[in-house]
Amino acid sequence: MSGDFDADRLIDAMSELLALPVSPDCRQGIALHLRVARTMADSVLAVELPDEAEPAPVFTP
Amino acid sequence: MTLGPAATASEIAAAVRRRQVTARAVLEACLVTIERRNPTLNAFTAVLAARARARADALDAAIAGGADPGLLVGVPFAVKNLFDVTGLPTLAGSKINRSRAPATRDATLIERLEAAGAILVGALNMGEYAYDFTGENAHDGPSRNPHAPAHMSGGSSGGSGTAVASGMVPLALASDTNGSIRVPSSLCGLFGLKPTYGRLSRGGTFPFVASLDHLGPMARSVADLAAAFDAMAGADPLDPACARRDDGTTAPKLALGISGLRIRIAGDYFRHGGHPEAFAAVDRVADALGVTETVTLPLAAEARAAAYLITMSEGAALHHVRLRDRLDDFDPDVRDRLVAGAMIPASWVAKAQKVRRTFHDQMLAVFEKADVLLAPATPCRAPRIGQKTMLIDGREMPVRPNLGVFTQPISCGGLPVVAVPVWTEGEALPIGVQVIAAPWREDHCMRVAAELQQRGIASAPVAPE
Repeated sequence: MSGDFDADRLIDAMSELLALPVSPDCRQGIALHLRVARTMADSVLAVELPDEAEPAPVFTP
Repeated sequence: MTLGPAATASEIAAAVRRRQVTARAVLEACLVTIERRNPTLNAFTAVLAARARARADALDAAIAGGADPGLLVGVPFAVKNLFDVTGLPTLAGSKINRSRAPATRDATLIERLEAAGAILVGALNMGEYAYDFTGENAHDGPSRNPHAPAHMSGGSSGGSGTAVASGMVPLALASDTNGSIRVPSSLCGLFGLKPTYGRLSRGGTFPFVASLDHLGPMARSVADLAAAFDAMAGADPLDPACARRDDGTTAPKLALGISGLRIRIAGDYFRHGGHPEAFAAVDRVADALGVTETVTLPLAAEARAAAYLITMSEGAALHHVRLRDRLDDFDPDVRDRLVAGAMIPASWVAKAQKVRRTFHDQMLAVFEKADVLLAPATPCRAPRIGQKTMLIDGREMPVRPNLGVFTQPISCGGLPVVAVPVWTEGEALPIGVQVIAAPWREDHCMRVAAELQQRGIASAPVAPE
């Protein structure tokens, strides 16, 4: 799933949308981190959760 | 009476309370150690000698007048420079924040430690905006590992690790979003407490990832962790995530030892992906405690992935304007990760938050059958400063994100952890073990850590000069 991911196209589109400059010396690093994020997302998205699952960050005994 | 740099916070406070030494004398010795060791180790970004001297003199006067200034009286401490300190801009390890207005009030946890008699002596180096596991900093230079100065202190609370392990201070405060207390504790050989999410106030500190940010103490003894934690715990309107409850003190419980505690080894995810010494340290602790049973932490890898995405996204959102306007003023290693974080889909992050919650709920089920879990703190001993990759299971992996591979799932679930330092004969550098408990059971992990310290299985000696 991650192998066909074109990070450069995403960087171009999001850079314009977010008004975030991407200089040539940043691009390779950003692409690397986006590929890692995609791998992480594969793991997260594969977890099956019910529609009722809550994100509430409350931590009690 | 003279107390050397190896004195713990508890020893200092006891001596000052008994009038065997003055707070001012302790402070002057601390400042001399900082002056001697900091130029090579680079822990401090600000030393507050005048403020600290005034405070020490006030404490000595109070003691002379018969007052009881608190359980931490005369204890010098320092804070990661993301804590607000009156009169200083809150740097958070950055170049950009140097133009911030000076803070007009100390962070909540500084106020609480000083209310217990401790003395703030300075602010400490850290990885830029806390997005770091190395202790390196492009603007201030790396904080160095006192046990081997060519090696990393660990991050992002690198200066906190360096300052305590070198004996410059007995106690430091730090933050931990994905492991930034536990990683430097492991690499520098210290005891470090990351409490339950929401148990210690983050009021008056520069944030990183609101969903995952924790604050806590680092020290050379478990008793010091407990004393500092007890002094700092409690509700605070300045931190909306800080719980409105008070579960009492932990220090008196250390004497209970490990009797009655069901201790288990964290298996599966926590038994691979590191160097052999990481697992050997866990096994040594387990053997000493007579622990043989292993449990699997469900969704640990997914929890790590969830924390990774939440961190990228929330960190990027926090810094969006600065990324847009001052991109070139960021540390390049931090900059590219933050820009990438601004570009990931919201649906990934929303799902990550639900996975985080699910992991937490499944961990509660694990804690129905166990009280304390043992896991590695870092996958290796301290890498060399500047080292970019490391070999793990035959694969070349980047150092910066992977130093937190074992800490990241635990903080994702908001669980309390004490990192305990384990030494191997013949090795110059230590490695840590995470002692993990159920939410709000800091007393459980501190009891186990105290037992390990008492038996000499875990120890935090001051690095020789």
